Amino acid sequence: MSQTKTKDHAALAGAFIKDEERVDWHDGALWYIREKRDIAAKQIPEWEQLREAASNIKSNVISNLHEYLLQFEANLIKNGITVHWADSAEEHNEIVYSILKAKEINQMVKSKSMLTEECHLNEYLEERGIEVINSDLGEYIQQIDNEPPSHIVLPCIHKRKEEIGELFHEHLGTEKGLSDPTLLTRVARKHLRNIFLTRRGALTGVNFAVAETGEYVVCTNEGNADMGAHLSEVQIASMGLEKLIPQKKHLGIFLRLLARSATGQPITIYSSHFKKPRKGQEMHLILVDAGRTRQLGRKDFRDSLKCIKCGSCMNTCPVYRKSGGLSYHNTISGPIGAILAPNLDMKRHADLPFASTLCGSCSNVCPVKINIHDQLYKWRQVIVKEGYAANTKALGMKTMAWTFSSPVRITKVGEAGRWFLQNIPFVLNNKFNPWFKQRDMPEGPKESFTEWFIKNENKKP
Amino acid sequence: MTTREKILDAVLKNQPATTTLPDTSVFEGDSNELVQKYMDVFKTIGGSCVLVKDIAAIKTFITVNFDTAKRIVTTLPEPGDSFELISDNVDPHSYDDVELALIKAHFSVAENGAVWLTEEVMGQRIIPYICQHLAVIVRAESIVPTMHEAYKKIGEGDYGFGGFIGGPSKTADIEQALVLGAHGPLSMTVFIIE
Amino acid sequence: MNVGLFIPCYVNQFYPNAAKATFELLQKSGVNVTYPVNQTCCGQPMANSGFEHLSKGCNDIFIENFSSFDYIVGPSASCVLHIKDHLHSDKDEELAANIRTKVYELVEFLTDIVKIEKLNAFFPHRVGLHHSCHGLRGLHLSQMSELNAPPFSKPQYLLNMVKGLEQIKLDRLDECCGFGGMFCVTEEAVSVKMGKDRITDHSKNGAEYITSSDLSCLMHLEGILHRNRSAVKVIHIAEILNGAT
Repeated sequence: MSQTKTKDHAALAGAFIKDEERVDWHDGALWYIREKRDIAAKQIPEWEQLREAASNIKSNVISNLHEYLLQFEANLIKNGITVHWADSAEEHNEIVYSILKAKEINQMVKSKSMLTEECHLNEYLEERGIEVINSDLGEYIQQIDNEPPSHIVLPCIHKRKEEIGELFHEHLGTEKGLSDPTLLTRVARKHLRNIFLTRRGALTGVNFAVAETGEYVVCTNEGNADMGAHLSEVQIASMGLEKLIPQKKHLGIFLRLLARSATGQPITIYSSHFKKPRKGQEMHLILVDAGRTRQLGRKDFRDSLKCIKCGSCMNTCPVYRKSGGLSYHNTISGPIGAILAPNLDMKRHADLPFASTLCGSCSNVCPVKINIHDQLYKWRQVIVKEGYAANTKALGMKTMAWTFSSPVRITKVGEAGRWFLQNIPFVLNNKFNPWFKQRDMPEGPKESFTEWFIKNENKKP
Repeated sequence: MTTREKILDAVLKNQPATTTLPDTSVFEGDSNELVQKYMDVFKTIGGSCVLVKDIAAIKTFITVNFDTAKRIVTTLPEPGDSFELISDNVDPHSYDDVELALIKAHFSVAENGAVWLTEEVMGQRIIPYICQHLAVIVRAESIVPTMHEAYKKIGEGDYGFGGFIGGPSKTADIEQALVLGAHGPLSMTVFIIE
Repeated sequence: MNVGLFIPCYVNQFYPNAAKATFELLQKSGVNVTYPVNQTCCGQPMANSGFEHLSKGCNDIFIENFSSFDYIVGPSASCVLHIKDHLHSDKDEELAANIRTKVYELVEFLTDIVKIEKLNAFFPHRVGLHHSCHGLRGLHLSQMSELNAPPFSKPQYLLNMVKGLEQIKLDRLDECCGFGGMFCVTEEAVSVKMGKDRITDHSKNGAEYITSSDLSCLMHLEGILHRNRSAVKVIHIAEILNGAT
């Protein structure tokens, strides 16, 4: 799915918002999940200490990543898992392809992996004659609609059940107009069960990888990762370098935080710990860089690598809720996406750190206490310095800085603004003024506070 | 230079100064009333929880509540009528038509209703996922309060595969409507032996 | 106690009544308050747009005007926060650092420094409190709804002292209004939608007035209210606490 010119967030958001009823529904659905997270968090008295501990563990990971990677690799090999390293998305895709080709597998089932979405793995394999089916229901729906997931945990949160029903009618032959979620899920269950039973290759993501023991954990609610993996001849796990945790016992902390942050559940239904291949099965794990070491080197932004992909920042972000994940034009959307994406392609994603009011709610819900809103501010400075701000914006800012750095100039401008608003309001109240589109301008009072103060300077209250 | 070397070099060059690991031994659960806590949580997840005296009671419960004409498998020794012993020597695909699987957990966790299973108690890895209905036996005294105690119990864990299972499979991908029974079992029953 | 009154540029021009109320309230609380007339802008509009490097001029003027005071107080959480976090000086960083420790938003100054216990104010209306994000998550004027932590609210504490005032309860305690500085025009559609949704929350829960520590939020909400001919009004918290009727 290539795009010639990506529209920026503001344009995509503007289009999404036109359907106000849909926006209200989308916004309400995600806010409800934020509320469930709050309820779950408030049931754990030590919640804030857990966040702090998780944050510190992840700081230790990224500051000792070299050592943990070596330890992890050694243990994986001991456990009988073949380890691969991929520098780029392309290299990752090549590795997956060669593993499957070696066993003459041309059909693979895949459970949720944002990394493989980032790498555009499915397209790569399809172009080379390997069919890939996404087994997570939400991702399956997005796949048959030829659209990327809009949310990392809830892939089709932006779709109404009628639209999903229509897709199932077209692709799975269900009755036209059928939109009941339970019935649709039963149809998908039956269809995907057949996929699980017939696919010799299965690929999963990795939620957590334990350096100490060489095992990795995959969390799902649907059971699709397990259905694919335990029936496969070849099982592949794709993992970003940053998914490591040092010791097994740390899983206690992360698994207590993950599902509660993501959906308000105390734990995902399945938390599967893969350590050794099944009898007669081959297991592979691909360690992927694809820009992560570059982010690791950025002092102000490396903490973004602590992310455990819970999606809670998206659920709380009012901009995300009201503009939809697809308006971020990046696999990972929302607040965390906005601090990861500029590292991948600063030009393409220069608009994302500006798609925020810097309200800070994201940083507060993040289970690993990433200072997301601080990083958004800092990315803005970098993007401007690197020259990715629009020229008109730079000129406007320079003018503003020049005006505001002189008491005389700022007074003159203020006076002028008030005068226009009082006497010839249409100079400012017109369609060229974006403020004015849906809001009235403030009124222009007769005198500023400074003017009043100077006049009344010697009076007592 | 191989990719491996290239990546490891970049990591070593870019990683910041080391920070220490926090002391996580401070996290501890409350060990009171674990059975009741477990049962309350498991019910809210959409599972069924039954207190029983012994295995015989479980078998009776199953014959009453499940269709014994369909395939029921178990890891229990001396399965008896209606129950088939799981073999770890057959093709996992052959378990596609299992209606109910009855297995034993190592322990369960009160704060989230999850049971901990490893390959050795599953019979085969696929069993608890492929069956239409899952039944798990838990000894009351094995219930732990939180995941911290759980990982203490699991320890180093020398298994090829292990998993927490916290209820029937589910999805809310279609308009956030909760549906029990996604790709894993449609239901889960936990029998607590006191 | 010598207090320098910091009036943000847009408050000075468009909301002089809020500035007056702040001035009077500080005088009533017993502090010696001066208003340096040559102050300009804190530099936030440039900084938040990625042009932090252009705000040096503003920083220098701020330091020049305010370094001599014991405290610097302003009726704007976002401008105060910006100074607290981002005031730097090439000429005298120590001075800048010192100023950062003594700049306060009005509400927190009254509760934490003056330690006010009663107010002679009467405002017989139903009021919705809008927590500006900078005030809430930046200055910690109230507890943040995301955290598992004991509740508190400095603005609410002061509003409780106002006779006749009834505070309404919102569905979403502290969701952002959507102003966000330049965001209000660069992402106009999202900004306005966010504002509309906050207004709906206030009006359906019975608010006659929406109040806040931040006039930027109120200016944005007022713009929407006026365009939609709503009966709901906005008012800066200083005006309520100073005895508006």
